[in-house]
Amino acid sequence: MSDKPTKVYFYGTCLVDLFFPDAGMAGIQLLRQAGVEVVFPEGQTCCGQPAFNCGYWEEARDVARTQVALFPKDLPVILPSGSCAGMMKVHYPELFHGQPDEAQVRAFSARVYELTQFLVDVLDVKLKDLGEPVKVTWHSSCHAVRDLGLKGEPQALIGQLSNVELAPLSRTHECCGFGGTFSVRQPEISGVMSCDKAADAEATGASVLLSTDGGCLLNVNGTLEAKQSPLRVQHIAEFLWERTHAR
Amino acid sequence: MHAEKEILFRDSASKALLDPQLRANFRRAMDGLITKRRNQFPDPRDLQDLRDLSTAIRSRSLLSLPELLEQFEANCTKNGIQVHWAETCEQANELILGIMQAKGAKTLVKGKSMVSEEMHLNAFLESKGIEALESDLGEYIIQLDGETPSHIIMPAIHKNKDQIARQFSQKIKDAKYTEDVDELTAMARKVLREKFLHADAGLSGVNFAVAETGTLCLVENEGNGRMSTHVPPLHIAVMGLEKVVARLEDVAPLYAILTRSATGQAVSTYFNLISGPRGTDEKDGPREVHLVILDNGRSRMYADPQLRATLRCIRCGACMNHCPVYTRIGGHAYEAIYPGPIGKILTPQMEGVGVRHDLIHGSSLCGACSEVCPVEIPIPEILVRLRREATHEDVGSNVLGRGTGRTAAEDWAWRIWAGVLKRPALYRVASWFATRFGKALPAGAPLIKNWTRTRTKPVPARRSLSERMRAEGGSHD
Repeated sequence: MSDKPTKVYFYGTCLVDLFFPDAGMAGIQLLRQAGVEVVFPEGQTCCGQPAFNCGYWEEARDVARTQVALFPKDLPVILPSGSCAGMMKVHYPELFHGQPDEAQVRAFSARVYELTQFLVDVLDVKLKDLGEPVKVTWHSSCHAVRDLGLKGEPQALIGQLSNVELAPLSRTHECCGFGGTFSVRQPEISGVMSCDKAADAEATGASVLLSTDGGCLLNVNGTLEAKQSPLRVQHIAEFLWERTHAR
Repeated sequence: MHAEKEILFRDSASKALLDPQLRANFRRAMDGLITKRRNQFPDPRDLQDLRDLSTAIRSRSLLSLPELLEQFEANCTKNGIQVHWAETCEQANELILGIMQAKGAKTLVKGKSMVSEEMHLNAFLESKGIEALESDLGEYIIQLDGETPSHIIMPAIHKNKDQIARQFSQKIKDAKYTEDVDELTAMARKVLREKFLHADAGLSGVNFAVAETGTLCLVENEGNGRMSTHVPPLHIAVMGLEKVVARLEDVAPLYAILTRSATGQAVSTYFNLISGPRGTDEKDGPREVHLVILDNGRSRMYADPQLRATLRCIRCGACMNHCPVYTRIGGHAYEAIYPGPIGKILTPQMEGVGVRHDLIHGSSLCGACSEVCPVEIPIPEILVRLRREATHEDVGSNVLGRGTGRTAAEDWAWRIWAGVLKRPALYRVASWFATRFGKALPAGAPLIKNWTRTRTKPVPARRSLSERMRAEGGSHD
């Protein structure tokens, strides 16, 4: 894109809406800070991924349709979540294959971006770090990397912050064990994976674990809290906003 | 609704998790294999080129599978290999028994073959008074203990050296206790050499079957494959019907990516091309070569354009080596012939998606498997498809057991879920309650109870993002 967009839609996602609203607000602020007008349509609920992944495609489609309808204009749709962005960008075309509104949904999917992807690949933002020195670690969620195809955009943004040291996890690409319904359908195996991820994060010596996915954050945070670990988790949008805006 | 009793993966996986030794064994072994594979592919572009080529070869083979199988059979027959077809495992077992009885064969040495595991051939033959002895070291080790493979490439990977040392000293005649790997190997070799020399028949699997030449390719590291197929007067090969490729030149890239993906070897120690029985002017080789081609649900997979990708598999095991679930529980917890991610899509298609519903849900859909699969099988997508098949009988497919995993409770749950989420006004009410009273939900409530086994309860924020944006007022179009 030569001309940078001046106006975008923001899709909050259900987990951000209910559990990480600060991250949602921060994402909107980051976009505004980059000179983009943000439209937040009323009536957002969920992208439909849980039902899709469990094989309940009619239900997933019903929900997805109502969401697509909220974004009629030819504007980018920005999500503070790799997993939901992957659902809308990669799996909606699959879900609507052969449906009468397939073309319309595909056109929508083509406009979908995960927040850090949009900040780096489209807006090419340059962040200025205003925070104190801190050591962080990064959890790349499986869906953000393997479904959506993030190519290190979040790490690139963290790398722009002069006072932030990024200590990598030892198993950076291993699943944290969330997996949506997997976490309650297979609690034992999911629990072990989550504990391993939490231990990996603690071993980095970082004070905060960052991710672009609410599901992973909820999972690792719950696990760390259960261990009474001092390590915190934070959505990357919130972290970037905190570090870069003048108070 | 449920046709048969569901096999609960959750139960066996939980049990396996309680064994720290097993977990340590697998983690160490899988980490080693991951590193070895990575070292074989220093350049990601080269790897992708080879994957593209391998995927194309396997896809192309499957596209013309019926024609290739006919051509393959004709050329095998021309080469003197007698071809037999079996729709079911029972038929395949009977065929092999018949072949052996016709020759009066009483003992069988076996090279490694997952298809023979699929058929439960050893138990079948033993019930008919025929001794079947595994000659692959890993297979031999687990046969001594009456176990099944826990990995498709390294069947005894779940055992450590001490366990094997103890077992050999107890089960091998005149063996003394030693933990020296070379000595242990020599012990097994001594037993096996004797068997190779005197066995009436040898059995092997097939890695690649070449249609244009009627050749059976066999990849191995120990030489036991060559012994099993070469020394006894009768050789019986078994293969799944998906193994065929069109041309001999198709084999080279598949072989290159198979060994690198499986064990991190550029080539295996042995690569056998079997093109028929002993010729009149030849001094060795079997007098007769038979090939049993097994279907066992494969043609059903073949008939479905999406599920057909399952049959691209070249059985390298990379998916299980990289799987965060397999790494923690090992192969036996799958209670299936094929463990790990490939097993998660293969087993339900062979046995029924209702019976294996819990196994289909035993994945976080992280995609580590498809990322390393040399033939790019989209395992997570196929799992999602099978989840749909398990709960819906009307998808218009031929999947075994479709709809038999359906429960009224889950149906209603998703119906209510969609009923709320497709109505923003209802969602608004629900989220208002969640943000105000979510904290009050007891940690022991259904489903939440599963979450809180290892985690604190998730607590919704005091005001949702939508609510805050509404309060801001200015950003709607």
